[in-house]
Amino acid sequence: MNIVVCIKQVPDTETQIKIASDGKSIETDDIKWVMNPYDEFGVEEALVLQKEKGAEVTVVGAGPQRVTEALRTALAMGADKAVLIEDDDFYGADPITVAKVLAKAIEPLNPDIIFFGQRAVDDDSGVVGSAVAEFLDMPQLSVVTKVEVGDGTVQAHRPVEGATLVLESTLPCVITAQKGLNEPRYASLPGIMKAKKKPLEVISLADLGVERDDKLEIVALNPPPERAPGKQVEGETGQEIAINLVKLLREEAKVI
Amino acid sequence: MDFEIPENLRMITDTVRRLVQRELEPISRQVEEQDHIPESVVQTMRELGLFGLSIPEAYGGLGLSTLGECLVYEELAKVNACFRNRIATNNGIGSQGLVLDGTEQQKQRYLPRLASGQWIGCFALSEPGAGSDAAGVQTTAVMEGDHWVLNGRKHFITNGDIADLATVFAVTDRQKRAKGGITAFLVERSFAGYQVGTIEKKMGHRGSHTSELIFDNCRVPAENVLGGPSMVGRGFQSAMKTLDKGRLTIGAAALGAAQRLLELSLDYAKQRVQFGRPIAEFQSIKNMLADMATEIYAARQMLHHAAWLRDQKGTAVIKEASMVKLFCTNMAGRVADMAVQIHGGMGYMQEYPVERFYRDLRLTRIYEGTDEIQRLVIARELLKE
Repeated sequence: MNIVVCIKQVPDTETQIKIASDGKSIETDDIKWVMNPYDEFGVEEALVLQKEKGAEVTVVGAGPQRVTEALRTALAMGADKAVLIEDDDFYGADPITVAKVLAKAIEPLNPDIIFFGQRAVDDDSGVVGSAVAEFLDMPQLSVVTKVEVGDGTVQAHRPVEGATLVLESTLPCVITAQKGLNEPRYASLPGIMKAKKKPLEVISLADLGVERDDKLEIVALNPPPERAPGKQVEGETGQEIAINLVKLLREEAKVI
Repeated sequence: MDFEIPENLRMITDTVRRLVQRELEPISRQVEEQDHIPESVVQTMRELGLFGLSIPEAYGGLGLSTLGECLVYEELAKVNACFRNRIATNNGIGSQGLVLDGTEQQKQRYLPRLASGQWIGCFALSEPGAGSDAAGVQTTAVMEGDHWVLNGRKHFITNGDIADLATVFAVTDRQKRAKGGITAFLVERSFAGYQVGTIEKKMGHRGSHTSELIFDNCRVPAENVLGGPSMVGRGFQSAMKTLDKGRLTIGAAALGAAQRLLELSLDYAKQRVQFGRPIAEFQSIKNMLADMATEIYAARQMLHHAAWLRDQKGTAVIKEASMVKLFCTNMAGRVADMAVQIHGGMGYMQEYPVERFYRDLRLTRIYEGTDEIQRLVIARELLKE
């Protein structure tokens, strides 16, 4: 069984994001880059299947050289090999372009399951997994919190408002992972040392024979509005403060 | 010149940081109060490979560089000193004698168990009458047939209460002492006559114990002389070599704690309002924050350079290691003092971690070579040059 996990490298969720001077990208100089947290669920699920079914797990990423770090993290967690589609100008590309490129790189790997995070926490587009399924003509089980692989089939759970959808599909298929699917393991220290020796293949867009043909363009990035400063409720006694608080909630905030 | 930390070491520190944030920080208070690290957490530390950082890969460890080991300690020390102590003897003084001087048979028997954390190692040199003057040990070892018989009392032994294997230094020739009269023995807990004495009550480092070890006609097989029979009388030299790397790693622990104290102080100074503004706006507080950050920066460059140098040369960096221990631990003491000052009354309260760091850091200027011994070493090396 072959499993592919697609990985995006995104700014650490604790990073302070600054908008670059062009007004449509972010300052990348002081950013700490990490594996997209939703992709970690995909890696973990693949590693469970690696153990249970003897599956071979390949992780695939695209972008500048720094993306190797996210791939190596997956190798350190236990993935078997990695493919980097190296392109310095790939971060922020049209998701459909990304999907086209990934599909080309994945196809020869002959996967039974392709895992994605259900979206990336940086641009939140949530498109790439679906588009890859389309390009490879595979069924897609999106936003799932449980995966059970049978004989040539897979069953998955998707939580919906107040209920759970149980989906079933033949293999091969694309699965996008939602929080709750599992608890991703740490890259252990021995795993990190071993990851150095695992194969990491670097290919280019030219190798894949794909040309960029972005249709979508980010035209502007706007920061969220600044939060108004807090207000201290005044009063001499507890009772007085409570009365003033209620007054503010009713008259200014208009919530009661 | 390349000051970049290699990628795999950054990944390792990321993993340790995650462990600290997710598993260790939430239980730090509990560990302090109960003076005990839960077994489940120790197990996680084992699974991550933390007990075998410095042990060569051939014996089940990671074979990490000195720099790598120091970076791990920097991260671990940001939460609570006891977590580093738990792994420090297996990676340091409890195993390095074996790594440096052990026979192949000894390495194969003991190192994999220490690397996995299945066994805990400790280093039994200090005695009531032999602290900085380590050559003054009174514990004796006398050959009887194919066994050595040890008698004596060690104290202040880190992890002594839980150790399965102790590297014990004893006098085998009273006349020669440090010059050929002290021998190192590998003593298993199960050997007859091995006994754990009192667990000492300390100022800090709660969650990690030091204890007495008592040898009462303790019988140690002849093959358990560290390094084999040819090493009889060469224990003191072995002890000194073992302590060399420890100086860097204690520097790293002090540095990590100082870094955390700076972060806590910055957060507190920005939040704490007095006279209508955050105290970070007062010049006296700013001065302290600036001094803390500057000292930490200096200490980090020094430690990383010395660790790198040791990795490059593959040999001891005696003078630099002593300088690092002296500077980093004293620096951390000053930083802790300022952190308490910035936190004011809160800095003195046990509900805040600052007072714990303040107490815990005091030890770093004493154990594995006091300030005074470090200065002695530095001066001796200087005058040699």
